[in-house]
Amino acid sequence: MDFSFSEEQTLLRNTIQSFIQDNYDFDKRQAIVKSEEGMKQENWKQFAELGLLGLPFSEEDGGLNFGSVETMIVAEEFGKGLVVEPYIQTVVTCGGFLRRANASIKEKYIPGVISGQDIWAFAYAEPQGRYNLNDLTTTATLDGDNYIINGYKSVVSGGPWANKFIVSVRTSGDQRDSDGVSVLIVDKNSEGLSIRDYPTVDGSRASELTLENVTISKDELIGEEGKGAELIELIVDETIAAICSEAIGAMKVLNDATVEYCKTRKQFGQPIGKFQVLQHRMVDMFMQYEQSVSMTYMVNLKLDEEYAERRKAASGAKVQIAKAAKFIGQSAVQLHGGMGMTDELNVGHYFKRLSMIENSYGNIDHHLKKYSSAE
Amino acid sequence: MDLAFTKEDENFRQEVKDFIDKNFPQKLKDIDKRTDLTREDMLSWHKVLYKKGWIAPQWPEEYGGTGWNITQRYIWDQECANMGTTPLIPFGLTMLGPVIIGFGNEDQKDWVLKGILSGNDWWCQGYSESGAGSDLASLRTKAEKVGDHYVVNGHKTWTTLAQFADWMFCLVRTKSDGKPQEGISFLLIDMKAEGIDVKPIITLDGGHEVNEVFLEDVKVPAENLVGEENMGWTIAKFLLGNERTGIAGVARSKKAIERLKDIASSEYMDGDNLINDSDFNSKIADLEVDLTALEYTELRTLAKESKGEGPGAESSILKIKGTEIQQRITELTMEAVGHYSNPYLTPAFERQGSNYLTIGPDYSHGVAQNYFNTRKTSIYGGSNEIQKNIIAKMVLGL
Amino acid sequence: MQLGFKDEDIKFRDEVRSFIKETFTEDMRKTLSLSKNGHAGKDLHVKWQKSLHQRGWMAPNWPEQYGGAGFTSTQKYIFESEMAREGAPRTIPFGLSMVAPVIMEFGSQEQKDKFLPDILESNVWWCQGYSEPGSGSDLASLQCKAENKGDHYLVNGTKIWTTMAQYADWIFCLVRTSKTEKPQQGISFLLIDMKSPGIEVRPLITIDNSPEPHQEVNQVFFEDVKVPIQNLIGEENKGWTYAKYLLEFERGTAYSPGLYRGIKNLKEIARDTSVGDGLTLLDDNDFLNKINECEIQIQAMEFVEHRIFSALSAGQRVGPESSILKTRGTEIGQYLQELAVEAIGYWSHPFVEDTFANVNEPSIGPEYAATITPEYYNGRKTTIYAGSNEIQRNIISKAVLGL
Repeated sequence: MDFSFSEEQTLLRNTIQSFIQDNYDFDKRQAIVKSEEGMKQENWKQFAELGLLGLPFSEEDGGLNFGSVETMIVAEEFGKGLVVEPYIQTVVTCGGFLRRANASIKEKYIPGVISGQDIWAFAYAEPQGRYNLNDLTTTATLDGDNYIINGYKSVVSGGPWANKFIVSVRTSGDQRDSDGVSVLIVDKNSEGLSIRDYPTVDGSRASELTLENVTISKDELIGEEGKGAELIELIVDETIAAICSEAIGAMKVLNDATVEYCKTRKQFGQPIGKFQVLQHRMVDMFMQYEQSVSMTYMVNLKLDEEYAERRKAASGAKVQIAKAAKFIGQSAVQLHGGMGMTDELNVGHYFKRLSMIENSYGNIDHHLKKYSSAE
Repeated sequence: MDLAFTKEDENFRQEVKDFIDKNFPQKLKDIDKRTDLTREDMLSWHKVLYKKGWIAPQWPEEYGGTGWNITQRYIWDQECANMGTTPLIPFGLTMLGPVIIGFGNEDQKDWVLKGILSGNDWWCQGYSESGAGSDLASLRTKAEKVGDHYVVNGHKTWTTLAQFADWMFCLVRTKSDGKPQEGISFLLIDMKAEGIDVKPIITLDGGHEVNEVFLEDVKVPAENLVGEENMGWTIAKFLLGNERTGIAGVARSKKAIERLKDIASSEYMDGDNLINDSDFNSKIADLEVDLTALEYTELRTLAKESKGEGPGAESSILKIKGTEIQQRITELTMEAVGHYSNPYLTPAFERQGSNYLTIGPDYSHGVAQNYFNTRKTSIYGGSNEIQKNIIAKMVLGL
Repeated sequence: MQLGFKDEDIKFRDEVRSFIKETFTEDMRKTLSLSKNGHAGKDLHVKWQKSLHQRGWMAPNWPEQYGGAGFTSTQKYIFESEMAREGAPRTIPFGLSMVAPVIMEFGSQEQKDKFLPDILESNVWWCQGYSEPGSGSDLASLQCKAENKGDHYLVNGTKIWTTMAQYADWIFCLVRTSKTEKPQQGISFLLIDMKSPGIEVRPLITIDNSPEPHQEVNQVFFEDVKVPIQNLIGEENKGWTYAKYLLEFERGTAYSPGLYRGIKNLKEIARDTSVGDGLTLLDDNDFLNKINECEIQIQAMEFVEHRIFSALSAGQRVGPESSILKTRGTEIGQYLQELAVEAIGYWSHPFVEDTFANVNEPSIGPEYAATITPEYYNGRKTTIYAGSNEIQRNIISKAVLGL
């Protein structure tokens, strides 16, 4: 048992920290968020140059063959900078699918991810499905050598930036069966795909996809037809581990900022940090943070365990992180008083990102249920 | 970073399991749910471990420790909890032992440590006074140096299991001017000395666990002073830091949750087992998530410690979260038991054993008492409020 | 002790209900529902208040001699409850409930004649100049300075968190007129015309991102602003006394009717939300438990309110008990907003900057979703403003518990 980071891992962390320092102070981040595109292509290029886009891919696929701990480090540091570029969506989530696809798909698509040429988004949610990954009304039927896709996908994170989508569809079975779920690659330029882009409250972007007779080759299938549910759940768990890591980065910034503010802000002739009520609130924030760090390490170290163990790890981590995200976000605003309410200060922006992480890939209730049913 | 146990670790785990299985006293197994153990009962497991040389894993090897690494100690704690062994009395092993190793003279190291290891000397802790709780430094029990001994006058309270104790380690005031922290000394007092009177305090669960100890002109030989005169506060703080780390009780809480699940599987609600109730299940899941987070926080602390860093003030988290979780478990267990948490069976009743007709299921006995009793955990060992003050000051720099 | 209302009270309730039905039009409801921060433009509020005035109901808390509604305390409670239950626009409090009572109690006859009728008729919009960047919870440390120059004061400084100053014709201000050992003793209460030269209003965009001109708060800057000496309320350096008097009017509102309305909305959203097992969120046990638990808390709140209002109608003063209302009311309100965000799931993510402008585009997700997350963010203010909840608990511990 070992909780220390290797030299290589520390180096990776330092690299990203200096990237954030140079390119992602709060003002620069706000400029990116408010720009028309909402992300910065130059940053994406830099990710490619730094090798970050190839992190989890095997060496024969042209990647660095790093594991979840490295991904955790990247996501955590990105969380500290509130990075909006869709790293997790492209590399962790869609990359997770591509890594497990057949040789021809790997060959066709992975180089474009690693080089930074392609940005990917995962379209899985549907309005009626809430957090049930198998509740799918989007269908794909095989017609000769092609799949014909019809349906609707909602709140596709990073959608406006993506030129490729991975879409979960139903190829057989009833609306909520786990059998009959398939995973397909859909190009943004496909005929019949209409996209509505919009900003999200945390400064990112998302899309609604309508698929009308979108026709793609059957070679664009990832995994076996009808057997996609397990794969999707695995990759969503890996994504959960990554956004938990992002969250602890954001929490750390909020906690530090709050302590600092309370040491300097004076009311009634003394720093407000001298008031015990506020001190204990900050201690509670600190404890929530530490507990979240623990759960984040845990889930990132347990992604390769057998199903029940992994299920508990991912759902448990998501529950802890969601609770802490809420408590720390709300408390940071409260202790910053009126200033915490302003758009001008960074605190509100971290709070918003954390509050969106809370319900991404399932909220507390959803994961408590998953946790107790994973025996 | 990894979580894996090595082959040696797994072998060690097997050895530990086998040992506990063969040697944990039968009598303790039978009454593990009760709190009214006799002095001999409580010491029986201690003596087995002493014989094996496993009584003090946290001590340096030269003083009788086991020489285990952090992982082994973790495995040991885990297996003890899994197999439901009776917790060892901490006053000598966890509290005084490290103090003597750190601050005692050669003579003290010899007799005190030996007595603790063998279990021949039962220690109790003389810290709190009726006017000095969270504000321990305001204590007033006075020790006056008269020739080759101290004369001690005063009164200590909340003294756990003093009724069984041979010795007490005690914070006393040896100087009354200056800052209150500066005039405190650390004394070892023979409980058989003349002028000591122990009076029981019955707590809200109906049990006799704590006492008041009155000291009237008690003569204590000067060689029973640990460290130097007036450096008692330093020693007390050192002891408190040590106390916090062991206090998370993760493995035991896991065991208690298992028991809670067993109970929920036997209880009924709307014609189905309580364990199938989604609300109740969510509460258990919530608790398990919190406990897992604590487990990994403890592991991270241990890992730091094994590299020679800490335990810092962060370890206050272990105390706070650990005790909160223990309390929630007892609360939920009482909830699970429902109506049968109401009957009050005094320990004396229970002792009549087989002649006594039980009320409700066996597992419901003592559930309420345990809930009441566990309220103490957020009060003792530095109340959780005080622990938060420590974090605010030492970690957050407020 | 009794629970029910008397017959004449029920008759009054029906009158209020039919007034709301007639006056609170679909259009107004729609506009108000598009707001992220509860405010819906000057016109709507003025229109609403003028109708109230026409009915004689603009000022339930004013004495009748000044045009008050002449309600009994039961009627006041009914009136307020019905308004909140229907989600009618709140009367803007700065003139009506804040500066007016101070003018009535401490103002000169000229001031009464000049200001009160315009407040009652909603001809003049007021805002409040209290907080400053360095003076939040510790209000008495304020620095905005007014020098007495004979026939006028010269005001220099800044005020912050000034709600809807962008619409305001007048501001009532706490200013420092002398430096004394006790900071409370050098404060005066001034009425300032917002059109005076030297005043600048800068919008502060809050985390709900309501864009200009719908921003909720502002910072107001004063540079050599001349204020006629007759705009001083009462005596110089007695402003703190008047401000404290005003604070009593700021609290003591009934929260439970509005909170019940929140529960009702939440249930509608839950009924409208599928949860991926073919059922709706309202069938989800976990979520339902949260709603029910919340409703029980509101019920407790409601009875605390009843107890306080019955004490009021018996002629007793509301003291620090109103801190209990503020603390619990705002915390439950925030929890309801949190639950609404939880209920809409992924639809909490899309961001619409100007909800008023976007009405012609089809919404992303259900129509009500666009304002729910911003409302949650905006609602965080409620435990900060009007004496943060930490301050309220200090008040309770000192004044009620005697600590």
